[in-house]
Amino acid sequence: MVNEQVKEKYIKILLYVAASLSILILIAIMFFITIKGIGMITFEFLTTAPYRFEYGGIFPQIIGTLYLVGVCIGFAGPVGILAGMYLSEYAPVNIVTKTLRFFIESLAGVPSIVIGLFGLAFLVYYMHLQISLLSGGLALGFMILPWTVRASEEAIRAVPFSYREASLALGASKWQTIKQVVVKAAAPGIVTGILLGLGKAIGETAVVLLTAGSGLESFLPRSIFEPVASLPVYLYMIATQGHTSEAYTRAYGTALVLLGIFLTINIFASLVRNYYIKKHLVRFG
Amino acid sequence: MSNQIRVETRNLSLNFGLAKILKNLNISIKSNYVTAIMGPSGCGKSTFIRTLNRLNDLIPECRIEGEVLLDGINILDKKIDVVELRKKVGMVFQKPNPFPKSIYDNISYGPKLHGLANGKKLDEIVERSLKDAALWEEVKDRLDKSALSLSGGQQQRLCIARTLSIQPEVILLDEPCSALDPAATAKIESLMVSLKKNYTVIVVTHNMQQAARVSDFTAFLYLGELIEYGETKQVFNNPNNKLTEDFITGRFG
Repeated sequence: MVNEQVKEKYIKILLYVAASLSILILIAIMFFITIKGIGMITFEFLTTAPYRFEYGGIFPQIIGTLYLVGVCIGFAGPVGILAGMYLSEYAPVNIVTKTLRFFIESLAGVPSIVIGLFGLAFLVYYMHLQISLLSGGLALGFMILPWTVRASEEAIRAVPFSYREASLALGASKWQTIKQVVVKAAAPGIVTGILLGLGKAIGETAVVLLTAGSGLESFLPRSIFEPVASLPVYLYMIATQGHTSEAYTRAYGTALVLLGIFLTINIFASLVRNYYIKKHLVRFG
Repeated sequence: MSNQIRVETRNLSLNFGLAKILKNLNISIKSNYVTAIMGPSGCGKSTFIRTLNRLNDLIPECRIEGEVLLDGINILDKKIDVVELRKKVGMVFQKPNPFPKSIYDNISYGPKLHGLANGKKLDEIVERSLKDAALWEEVKDRLDKSALSLSGGQQQRLCIARTLSIQPEVILLDEPCSALDPAATAKIESLMVSLKKNYTVIVVTHNMQQAARVSDFTAFLYLGELIEYGETKQVFNNPNNKLTEDFITGRFG
C-alpha cells in the first residue's frame, strides 16, 4: 500500500536525523573546543608549570591527571577482576549474592560529588591520607568500580563452558582453569571495561576537587601522599575564578588537552579490542 | 589379541535428581581396542563416558551408585584424586573446543599444568602429540598461530593431540565427528583406529555405520540400559537382541 511505503520513508528519515544529531553534537563540541582552544596549545603551555595561577602552562596538571588515573586503575582494575571472578564463578545463586550485586550496581548511581565527599571524610580525614594523589586515586577507583566489576563479570561469564570443560578434562583444578584459560579468554572484555572506566575517571571533577588537590599546583607530587594537580579541576578554577581576558581561552586550551587524552584512550581501546579479535580470527571453528 | 580389561563398570546407576539416566550397567572394556558406545539420542551414552573421567562431578544433582574400575581401582571412591584420574583418562568433546591460544600453547597446556616438562622437552612433547594426531605436517610451520584459525576437522585433531600430550591410558571420544564434514570425519576415524595400538579408545556415536567402521567391540544402550555388548562383527551381523536388530536396521533411531 502506498501509505505504508510513504510511512517507511519518513521513519527512515526520522531515524537518520536522530542518529546524525548524536554525531553532530559530538562534532560540534570537538569543533568548538578546538577552534577556541587551539591557539593556547604551544610547547610551553604543555611543558611548563602554572605561574601565578593563570599564567604559564599545565604540565603538572597533565601529568597529575595521568597519575590519578594510574592509581585509580591500580585499585579498580584488580579489585574489579577479582570481584568479577567471584560473581561469575563462585557466588551461589541466593539472596546474599543478589544483595551484593544490588549494592555494586547502586554504587554506580551515587552522584560523583557524594563520592567526593565520602573520599574527603573517609580517606582524607579518617584514614589520614590527606589531600593527596592516593586519596584522589582511590576515590576515583571507588567511583568506577561498578564498571570494572560489571565488565569483568560479563566478560568472564561469556567465556564458553566448553573451554572450562576441556581444561578440567586435562586434569586442571577450578582455580587453574579460571586463571589460565577463562580469564585469559575474557581479557579483551576486561581490558575494554577497564579502559572505559579510565575514560570516565579522566574527566571526573567533583571527586578530584575534594580529595586530590586545588588543581593549581605548580609541582609534581614526590610521593602518593602529596597533593596532585589535575586538568578538570584546573579547568574549573580557571573558568570560574580567572581574572584575565585570557582566562577563557586558557580554559578551552585545557579542555582541548583533556579531550585529546580522552580520545587517545578511546582510540587505543578500540585498537586493543581489534587486535584481540584479529588474533583469534574465527571464533568458533 | 590382548584380553586385558582396562575399564569395568559394575552395577553402575546414575540419577539426575529423580530421573534415572543409567540403569545397572555392567560393561567390561578391553585394553588396546576401540569400543563403540552406540544408541539413539537420549540413551545415556554421553552421560556414561562422562562418568569414566568423573566429569559428571560438575553436576550437583547427579547421584551415582555402583563401581567403575580402572585397572581394578574404583574411581568413584571419594578418596580418588580426580586430577590423577583425568591424567589417565582423557576426553575429546563433540564440538571441537581448542583454547583461544596458539596451537603450541594448546598442546603444552596439559604438560605444563602437571609439571611434566619445559623448554626443549616440551617442544618434543608438542611435536610428538601433533604427529600422533596426524596434524603435525599441516601446522608445523605455524605453531604460534591461533588454534581458532584452523578448520573444524583440524581443530578436532588438535583437541585429540591436546589429550594425547599428557599420555593418558584411555581416550574417551564423545561423538567426535558429529560437527565435521565427511572428509574430516574420515581422517578422525582412521586416527581412532591407529590410536588403539597405544591407548584404549572408547567412542560414543549415534552413527551406526561409524561404529561398524571403526570399532572392535560395540555396546548398544537404550534408555540407560545395556541391551547388547560384544564384538562389533557379531553385534551388527548377528545381534542377539531384537531391539538391537531394530536399531541397526533403522526401524527406530
